[in-house]
Amino acid sequence: MLLKRASDVRSSEITDQKVYLRRREFIQAAAMGTIGAAAGTLGATQANAQSWPRVKIAGPIQDSGWGKGEKPNAYQDITTYNNFYEFGTEKGDPALNAHTLKTKPWTVKVDGLVAKPAEYQLEDLIKPHALEDRIYRLRCVERWSMVIPWVGFPLANLLKRIEPGTTAKFVEFTTLFNPQQMPGQRREVLDWPYVEGLRLDEAMHPLTILAVGVYGEYLPNQNGAPLRLIVPWKYGFKSIKSIVRIRLTDRQPMTAWQRSAPAEYGFYSNVNPERDHPRWSQARERRIGEFLMRPTLKFNGYGDQVASLYAGMDLKRNY
Amino acid sequence: MSAETRIRWVVKPLVFAACLVPFGYLVWRAFTGDLTADPLTEVTNETGIWTLRFVVVTLALTPLRRVSGWNVLVRFRRMIGLFAFFYGSLHFLTYVVGDRFASLDFPDGFVAVSTLRNLVASIWEDIAKRPYITVGSIAFFSMIPLALTSTKGWIRRLGGRNWQRIHRLIYLTGIAGVTHYWWRVKADTLHPAVYAAIVVILLGFRLVLSLKRSRWQRPPVEMRA
Repeated sequence: MLLKRASDVRSSEITDQKVYLRRREFIQAAAMGTIGAAAGTLGATQANAQSWPRVKIAGPIQDSGWGKGEKPNAYQDITTYNNFYEFGTEKGDPALNAHTLKTKPWTVKVDGLVAKPAEYQLEDLIKPHALEDRIYRLRCVERWSMVIPWVGFPLANLLKRIEPGTTAKFVEFTTLFNPQQMPGQRREVLDWPYVEGLRLDEAMHPLTILAVGVYGEYLPNQNGAPLRLIVPWKYGFKSIKSIVRIRLTDRQPMTAWQRSAPAEYGFYSNVNPERDHPRWSQARERRIGEFLMRPTLKFNGYGDQVASLYAGMDLKRNY
Repeated sequence: MSAETRIRWVVKPLVFAACLVPFGYLVWRAFTGDLTADPLTEVTNETGIWTLRFVVVTLALTPLRRVSGWNVLVRFRRMIGLFAFFYGSLHFLTYVVGDRFASLDFPDGFVAVSTLRNLVASIWEDIAKRPYITVGSIAFFSMIPLALTSTKGWIRRLGGRNWQRIHRLIYLTGIAGVTHYWWRVKADTLHPAVYAAIVVILLGFRLVLSLKRSRWQRPPVEMRA
């Protein structure tokens, strides 16, 4: 059903998006009161505007059953409202700038404490795994949330393939570092490259997936193409994008946001309405498309599946 | 056309219209569904940054006048200051409705005394608890007496010197506003840093000027004895 919805989008609508995506530059120019310049800017940006290719995922996608009854957010919202600082810190920046990312060819290095370290071509990494759709809630640490129909496969399936060693306790993920392709990396907004991590049992959990698509299509670059992590019970920034390395280790990885603001972003970053961000309450969230904020659910509503991972832990201290 | 007529009937209306452009653009974007996936956050951010921009321009007029000698600039100070208050009010209102009201419980329905009571409590709690909200509200509330006493009648009633003293509150607005912006961003402090630098320069200009003046006015040592 979801796949049909995606194919309903006509090509004419995609063309319109070019203008839509360049609106900020027009606003800025107009706001400066330089109407002539504004017209010039609009004309110029329209000429080199990029909209992303939309490619349906070839091959079967299994119905995982996850997220039945949830109403997914619109494709437009999911693909134009992104936190992906590698392409700029405004929500609209990634959709505007991510066209410079080259996702073919793409290699992913899998190493560290594993029996079978490898450097995979993306296709070879994905091929053995059956793709399934997973409709998950995504809760951003900034108090907004969406429902997103991902396409991917359990990370556990890949980890089993590479055989973690007995001393492996954590998995560390790294995003591509390439300032030419990722213009946001030309400034030290974060300590690049972006690094994220999970405890091995979190990584092996059946809810944790590596995603390659959304709405039955391959991921647009701004959503973390060609391969990203999805950990639905943690704040969105844990779900690292455009992964080039997966490393197993015996030490807890130092993540990019932890390094940037250790008092605000911890290693676990489980969605937790009881533990406020130092600067704002996490008790509620705005689901994109709604006005009144919903109460935020502990573990983003996936407590039945994952709460046992944290039995006996003080989650206010281990935020 | 005399210079006076030109300022009054041409330049001032043009400046007024230009100050409304950011507001008009927001309205236009709202009607065309162009306010991103999260319109309330977008409106909050846009009205916030425009408030700061107008505060900065207000603060810049006096130094600019001193440096350039264009005394005519003083005639735009009140209008631009009031626009800072206008955008600040929109910003505060968006926060009250989109952030505080929207995150309330409504045990007795929307239209109820408890709604109002909970809303006030929620705003107060937020101001008391969250430092970036505290400084943000200082920035906004510090503009209220300035807006209220912006008329010629109030200048007369207060006397020029008192009026001027009160209106130095705009320095606090600038400092609190920049701090609010700085404390709000997650990691990218470039833009807050730019605004902070501008405010420091504009306030520093006044400090240097007043230091020079007080040294000038101090009587020579032998005369004091």
